[in-house]
Amino acid sequence: MNVQLQGTPTLETRLTGKLGIADGDIHPARKSSTDFHPWLAKRWHDHAALFGTPGRQGWQVGPAYPKSQPNASRRDAYPPEGGRQGSSLSFMQAQHLDPNNVELGILNPLGVGQGMQNIEFSAAMCHAANEWQIAEWLSKDARLRGSVMVAYEDGPLAAAEIRARTGDPNFVQVLLLSRTAEPLGSRRYWPIYEAAAEAGLPVAVHAFGYGGAPITSAGWPSYYIEEMTGHAQCCQAVLTSMVVEGIFARFPSLKVILVEAGFAWVPPLAWRLDKHWKRLRAETPYLTRLPSEYIRDHVWFTTQPMEEPDPREHLRDTIDWIGWDRLIFATDYPHWDFDDPAHALPLAIDDEQRRKFFIGNARTVYGLNAPGWPAAARQANT
Amino acid sequence: MTKHVVAPVAEIPPGTRRLLTVKGRPIAVFNLGGEFFGLLNRCPHQGGPMCEGHLTGLVQSRTPGQYDRSRDGEILRCPWHGWEFDIRTGQSYVDPERTRIRAYPVSVAEGAALVAGPYVAETIPVSVEQDYVVVEV
Repeated sequence: MNVQLQGTPTLETRLTGKLGIADGDIHPARKSSTDFHPWLAKRWHDHAALFGTPGRQGWQVGPAYPKSQPNASRRDAYPPEGGRQGSSLSFMQAQHLDPNNVELGILNPLGVGQGMQNIEFSAAMCHAANEWQIAEWLSKDARLRGSVMVAYEDGPLAAAEIRARTGDPNFVQVLLLSRTAEPLGSRRYWPIYEAAAEAGLPVAVHAFGYGGAPITSAGWPSYYIEEMTGHAQCCQAVLTSMVVEGIFARFPSLKVILVEAGFAWVPPLAWRLDKHWKRLRAETPYLTRLPSEYIRDHVWFTTQPMEEPDPREHLRDTIDWIGWDRLIFATDYPHWDFDDPAHALPLAIDDEQRRKFFIGNARTVYGLNAPGWPAAARQANT
Repeated sequence: MTKHVVAPVAEIPPGTRRLLTVKGRPIAVFNLGGEFFGLLNRCPHQGGPMCEGHLTGLVQSRTPGQYDRSRDGEILRCPWHGWEFDIRTGQSYVDPERTRIRAYPVSVAEGAALVAGPYVAETIPVSVEQDYVVVEV
């Protein structure tokens, strides 16, 4: 018989099949590299054919580290009609959205224009990616919501794309990646935060990307496991930069969502920041509150890949500190480190915590708390 | 445990696998060079479908700098998170004491013997001319 993992809950405490859930991190893929052509100037078709789409890194093609599974995705997620994992809406519906009761799914397209070294091409690709999300995904499934893709290394270009999407109910956040040319609190990115705050859109920072710098602050590591672990380190640097550079003081309505970096590192980072702020406050006097207070007021975290501490009760302590209203459940479908909603949170929690964790917090942060969701949303989409 | 005739041997040739439902349970049956193995199609970590996993060998290191590869094709990696399991026992490599996939004995029987019983062969017709894959559930 199967041996249960220590601390694995009984069936009764698992997610019931009836609870609709949010998924804060779904990765749609293109069927072909020409999928964006309807929304790209011919000039860029030729450019891509001649020069490719290199990212801001030392490798001509591909990621810096191997991905352990093909396309960094589940081996059981190839659509039956062909194409790479994540490229078929109907299969995504059949394999994930329907059986897992996904009521609200947030699309985070990766590798489709962000982080490219040619910034004008990057901006054109991001614009096309936004149109593609509407045409191929959002207009076909009312449960899905999109991310405004932006060429984040150019603040004004990125802000223009955000302003062009303001008020469009298809989009519920702006998407950045965590590895950027400078830490994300830097002034060059402020136009993005200003535009997002004005638009009422949270800014999501998804782990990964092409910044050009070594992927850890200690240099280039040797192994993929170091990259996977390093996403948490990278996002600690991102969050520290955002807090210390004062973007939350400057844009008081700004919401930030850190995606796919885990969250168990958040309490000790906040403790360290608070300790140093008490000693060094005069260095950054525009920070008028404890760093942890900015984090608590402005920052949400998607859950995947959730830490798996032993004993698992330590997870409860961690979430108690961060707040049960601050985590957005996410699966990372179809990527290989997918968290299954039926197994990902092996804690006995009460119904209110469960509702917030799996759906309520997402609806709140994305501003989708209108009564009647998702029926109302479907109507709005048609 | 009951013996269930699930398929003619020729339908699961060496190097292939097949997902079967036996007594309501999803069971992945693998043919490794003529040897058959059966595992519940459910990873004990988070439920990944093991029938779609990658079969590989076991890489070990007695000391840093030395590598040994053995058990070619006998280590099944989950198609989701890549946890490694021994296809012969279902035992997890990273957590062998607590984590195991339920393994079902699989054997090959001659059709002539099956016709005589005591096998459950309600789902496929059995003829004396063929050999069959039998799963004990």
